[in-house]
Amino acid sequence: MELAVLEALNAERAARRASILVTELTSGRQRLVTPSGIAGDPLAEVLGEALRSGRSRLVEAGNQRLFLTVQVPSPRLVITGAVHISQALAPMASMAGLDVTVIDPRTAFATSERFPGVDLRAEWPDVVLPRIGLDPFTAVAALTHDPKIDDPALTEALAAGCFYVGALGSRKTHGARLERLAARGVSREALATIHAPIGLDIGAASPAEIAVSVLAEIIGELRRRPAMRGQAA
Amino acid sequence: MFAREEDVLEAAAGWRRQGRGVALATVVETWGSAPRPVGSHLAIDEAGNFLGSVSGGCVEGAVVAEAAQVIADGAPRLLEFGVADETAWQVGLSCGGRIAVYVEKVA
Repeated sequence: MELAVLEALNAERAARRASILVTELTSGRQRLVTPSGIAGDPLAEVLGEALRSGRSRLVEAGNQRLFLTVQVPSPRLVITGAVHISQALAPMASMAGLDVTVIDPRTAFATSERFPGVDLRAEWPDVVLPRIGLDPFTAVAALTHDPKIDDPALTEALAAGCFYVGALGSRKTHGARLERLAARGVSREALATIHAPIGLDIGAASPAEIAVSVLAEIIGELRRRPAMRGQAA
Repeated sequence: MFAREEDVLEAAAGWRRQGRGVALATVVETWGSAPRPVGSHLAIDEAGNFLGSVSGGCVEGAVVAEAAQVIADGAPRLLEFGVADETAWQVGLSCGGRIAVYVEKVA
């Protein structure tokens, strides 16, 4: 592989753009195809299918064996609430391969001392989310218990088609939340996709245990979605 | 250091930019139970330093050894590993699966 090709592949990934590296296994010849280049490529159909599946794989074309390295944007996790659970969830999720951002306008919570090495934004979600740009490769976990912070993030997450949307709170709290979000114009179908109470039911008690249950639920959604599966983590 | 898949590709590019000889190994096919999915990467430098994985540690040693040859002669190779078998490779997969690993030089 030419270093330039590897650097181009890395640059596409850093910019959260999908791309496919086509390698001819016998000759070692390679080319990088971006989504806009697929239509004009001799392998258009195969490449289109590979991109939709998000899976790297071996294909036969003519008498050639080709390997397609399919790269879709890295999964991300956006957390509202620089709270105790988030202090455990952020490093765990990062290790599991998610790019993590924590948002909390409360500057007493959002300190780098509490979140060393974490992308931390001490701003309101409606200010920072448009800048981050939520997408279907992003998970959102609302953990503040504060409707002023969580509700705008949840609304934005559902509108952007995030692959996971979860919200902390009891069934009663969630019932009230659904009413507020419906009043903001969020559809019933969208509201039904929110994971609440958040996390897999493993009887988690401590903040770190709850973080494990939330992360496990996120990974479940990530790997069960066809377009996200098969992405090496 | 624990490495994510993207760290491996970044490391491969970084090592090469430093002037080191570098090879990249990729799992291109798996049969049966396999420890790492297709597309998993292992980056290896000329000194035998490596990052990432193509199995659960079962065949990395053999891939690293082969990578030295790839770095030396520049020719890509396709390696297959199955259940440990003295007549084939010295190493094998205890899980009973088979994997094909493509090893190429980063030039």
